[in-house]
Amino acid sequence: MTRLTFTTRILKPLGFGAALGPLVWLGWHAWLLAHDPASDALGADPVKTIQVTTGLTVLVLLLLTLTVSPIRKLLHYSELIRVRRMLGLFAFCYVLLHAVTYFVFDQSLDPGLIWSDTVKHPRIAVGFIAFLMLIPLALTSTDAMVRRLGKRWGRLHRLIYLATGLGIIHYLMVQKLDLRVGIPYAVVFGALMVARSRFVYQGPSRGPPSPQRGEGDRG
Amino acid sequence: MPIHRSPDIRSADITDERLYVSRREFLGSLAGAGVLLSAGERRAIARMLGTADPADKLTPWEVVTGYNNFYEFGTAKDDPAAYAATLRPRPWKVRVEGEVARPADYDLDAILAMGTAEERVYRHRCVEAWSMVVPWLGIPLRTIVSRLEPTSRAKYIEFTTLRDPVQMPGQKSGILPWPYVEGLRLDEAMHPLPLLVTGVYGKPLPNQNGAPLRLVVPWKYGFKGGKSIVKIRFTTRQPANTWNVAAPDEYGFYANVNPAVDHPRWSQARERRLGEFYKRPTLPFNGYGEQVAGLYVGMDLKANF
Repeated sequence: MTRLTFTTRILKPLGFGAALGPLVWLGWHAWLLAHDPASDALGADPVKTIQVTTGLTVLVLLLLTLTVSPIRKLLHYSELIRVRRMLGLFAFCYVLLHAVTYFVFDQSLDPGLIWSDTVKHPRIAVGFIAFLMLIPLALTSTDAMVRRLGKRWGRLHRLIYLATGLGIIHYLMVQKLDLRVGIPYAVVFGALMVARSRFVYQGPSRGPPSPQRGEGDRG
Repeated sequence: MPIHRSPDIRSADITDERLYVSRREFLGSLAGAGVLLSAGERRAIARMLGTADPADKLTPWEVVTGYNNFYEFGTAKDDPAAYAATLRPRPWKVRVEGEVARPADYDLDAILAMGTAEERVYRHRCVEAWSMVVPWLGIPLRTIVSRLEPTSRAKYIEFTTLRDPVQMPGQKSGILPWPYVEGLRLDEAMHPLPLLVTGVYGKPLPNQNGAPLRLVVPWKYGFKGGKSIVKIRFTTRQPANTWNVAAPDEYGFYANVNPAVDHPRWSQARERRLGEFYKRPTLPFNGYGEQVAGLYVGMDLKANF
C-alpha cells in the first residue's frame, strides 16, 4: 500500500470516526435524556455538559490541525495534508455547536441578551471573536476557494493561530479558580508554534537535518 | 450526662419521602388551579410550602446530593459525592467563641438541642448561575444564636468549616485559603429565614452537602452557606469570608442574589434551574425580597455586592 492510499483509505476514515466520537456520544446521551428525563444522561446540567464537551473537542481538533504541517515536514510525510481540511472542518462543526447551544439555551436567541453578555464579559467576548475568526476559514475551505484566493489563502488561514490562542485563553477565563486544566492545551499550542517556526516557515537548508525515515512512517 | 440524644426515629421513617413529595404536589396542584384561588390564598399556600412560588418543583435528591460545590473534596461537581466518605460527621464539636455570653466547645447534640428542626423548602441560587429547589431540614439560625446570647458588642457572626486534609483531601491543594470562612451581619443571622441545616429530604445531611451542620441563607448566593461547621464566632468586625479574600473583585461579603449586579464572569440576570434547558430570570434576593429587603434599606447594593 502506498502512503497516499494509507492516508486516504485508512487514516482519514479513522480520523473521521474519531472526530465524530464526541458528537455521537452527545447525541446518544441526549437521546437517552429525551426518553427518560429522570435519567442522569448528560449530568445535572446537560447544557453545560454539551458546552464543555464541544469546547474541549474544538481545542483538541484545532491543535491536531496545527500538528499536520510540522509532521509533514519532520517525517517527510506530505500526504498527511489529505486529513487537514477534515480536521479543520470538524473543529468548525463543534465550535458551531458550542456557539449555538450558548445562543439558544443560555441566551434564548435574544440578540440583546447576547450582545450585553458579550460586551460585559471578556471571557464571552474572547470566545466569540475566536468563533467569528473560524467562519471565513470554513467558508474558504473548498478547492475552488483555495484556487481563487491563491497566495492570499495561506495568509487568511493563518487566522487559525490566533483563533486557537484565543480559544485557549477563553477556556482559561471560563475557569473559576483552577487554571491548571488549561496547561496541557497551552503547552501543546506553544510547542506547535515553536515547531512551526522551526520546521514549517524555514527552508530545509536552515532547518535541522532531515531524520531518516523509520519503519513506522512508511505506511 | 448527655443533654440530648439524637432521635431514634428519622423523619423519613415517619413520612415516606414519596408521600411527602406528593403532599407538595397536591398543594401545588391546588395552587395551580389559579382560577379557584385568590392571590392571597395562593401566597398562603406558597408560605405553607416554604417557597414564594408554587411553580417551584423540588430538585431531585440525586441532583441535590450529586451536584455540589464543596472544594474541600475537589473542584468538580461530582467530586464531593465521590470523595466525601472520608468525612466523619460524628462525633462533632462546635466551638462557640468571641462576643458571646456562653462560649464553649459544644457537642453537636447540645447545639441541636437548642431548637427544633423544621422543614423549609428554599430556592438555592449558586453564583455560577444555576439553581435548585431543596427541602432542607434544620433549626432556624436565630434560635441558636439567641440561646448562645451574643453580647451587645457583637455585630457579626462568623462560621468556620472543618480544616483537616485527611478527612477533606481537597484541602491538600491550595486553591483556596483553608479553612473556609463565611459570615453574616448579626441582624441577617437573626432573620427568620437562615437555617442551620442538619438534613435534606427528611434524611440526615449527606457528607457532600456539608454534614453534620451547615448554613443555608436562601436570599444569598450559595457560597455564603458554610458547610461542616466547627466554629461559630461572634465579632465586632466584618469577617473575612473566603471567596472575598480569594477574589475580592468577584465575590463580596453580602453576596445577596441580585440580577442587577453582574459577576465579572457570569451574568446574574438569569439562571438555569437544574433539570431545565432554558434559563429563567433571576429574582432580586432570590425571590425573598419581601421578607429581607428591609435589612438593606439605605445601603448601596451595587457597592456592597
